[in-house]
Amino acid sequence: MTDRIVIVGGGSGGTITANRLAEELEPEIEAGDVEITIVSDNPNHLYKPLYLYVPFGEATLEDTKRPLVDLVDRRVNLVFEHVTEIDTDGKQLAMANGEAMDYDYLVVATGAIPEPEETPGLGEDEPGHHFYGPDAATELREALANFDEGHLVLSVIGTPHVCPAAPVEFPMIADQWFRERGVREDIEITYTYPIQRLHGVRPTAEWMVPRFEERDIQTKTFFNVDNVEDGTIETLEGKELDFDMMIGVPEFTAASIIEEAGLGEEWMEVDRNTLESEHAEDVYGIGDVTNLPTSKAGSVAHYASGTLVSRLSSEVRGQTPTETFHGKTICFIEAGTEEGTFIEFAYDREPVVRDENRFLHWSKLGYNEAYWLTARGVM
Amino acid sequence: MSETDIQADVTVDAIGSACPGPLMDLIGKIKDVDDGTVVELLTGDEGSKNDVPEWVEEANHELLDIVDEGEHWAIYVKKT
Repeated sequence: MTDRIVIVGGGSGGTITANRLAEELEPEIEAGDVEITIVSDNPNHLYKPLYLYVPFGEATLEDTKRPLVDLVDRRVNLVFEHVTEIDTDGKQLAMANGEAMDYDYLVVATGAIPEPEETPGLGEDEPGHHFYGPDAATELREALANFDEGHLVLSVIGTPHVCPAAPVEFPMIADQWFRERGVREDIEITYTYPIQRLHGVRPTAEWMVPRFEERDIQTKTFFNVDNVEDGTIETLEGKELDFDMMIGVPEFTAASIIEEAGLGEEWMEVDRNTLESEHAEDVYGIGDVTNLPTSKAGSVAHYASGTLVSRLSSEVRGQTPTETFHGKTICFIEAGTEEGTFIEFAYDREPVVRDENRFLHWSKLGYNEAYWLTARGVM
Repeated sequence: MSETDIQADVTVDAIGSACPGPLMDLIGKIKDVDDGTVVELLTGDEGSKNDVPEWVEEANHELLDIVDEGEHWAIYVKKT
């Protein structure tokens, strides 16, 4: 009898897991004992960290995507369809085309979805911009290209959000980008954050303080954006801040099928070490969709996939799984357009943020190209 | 361990959530409820004992109590 492993989602978590499973379970697949399928509603795989570069003209939308058929191992079946329902009792998916798909093991990798509409005044054709999607990043590119004086405000609105370093990087890249264009003297930059320091990861917040001061980037904390009117941000704390250009890091949410399937109230609830669902048998979660107590970063999905592949392969072989995940996370941080650094941390280990340098900036740019090898499960 | 007589209208269970999760979970709930609502925040992050009162003061809400429940803390906030 064939074990059917179905992966819902073709982002980093789903794609890397599928490719590594195909490699690990090659003998079982060849023997017809295992079948791996990705179900994705997007024929393209998106490398979302590049959206940060689109507003500055340093990346195009074409750079951010590759067809899944070019990235996924030939031993993996690809089905391009929207999953509308997960029945964990009957071990079956319902799809938008009316068909059903049975599974023996399910991997949920549906990601985190930006919800700019949750903040009045934020989103496309609204006064507040964001860069967490192709259209929004493109719109912001045009707005920035025509911005040569006034007050630019970047506000982190929701946490957790994807790409935890992006709000740190954006003001520092903008600072240098405006300097290179000779307009920085006419532009004021302000960064706001919801809690009493500049970032949720404490060492990152401490690293930011002197660097933002050096660059004359103003900061405001305990700043929870309530709405964005024409030219003014109002906060839950009763503050107001005027702006000429506003960029928000929106709230994020899991796909509605997670709650509908009883897999979690907000995010998919999984064991933080085994990645197994807290609510259903033979169901695993990976990547941004999960409630893992770490950042929503591609590196988490990358490292967690090693654990997931090991545990799932053991299950398929009738062995006891032993590998566990401990929250390893790595994020590059751009400190402008010429230097960068990185942080590495885990569930029980805070990062040390080292001084930025040119080598790490180029490492990040290099990794942006090498990422496609990560997606293939090669590195 | 300590006890309280405060009756919460809603509870936000942020146990297991890493910083700044508990405070952000509380802020999200305060945003949604009506004035006068008492919100109970359950948190395993010791930092919440400082973070939450600071934010509550900043946002002009009312901190009613912080109760040590042994494995976690229960923090009671009234939206004003």
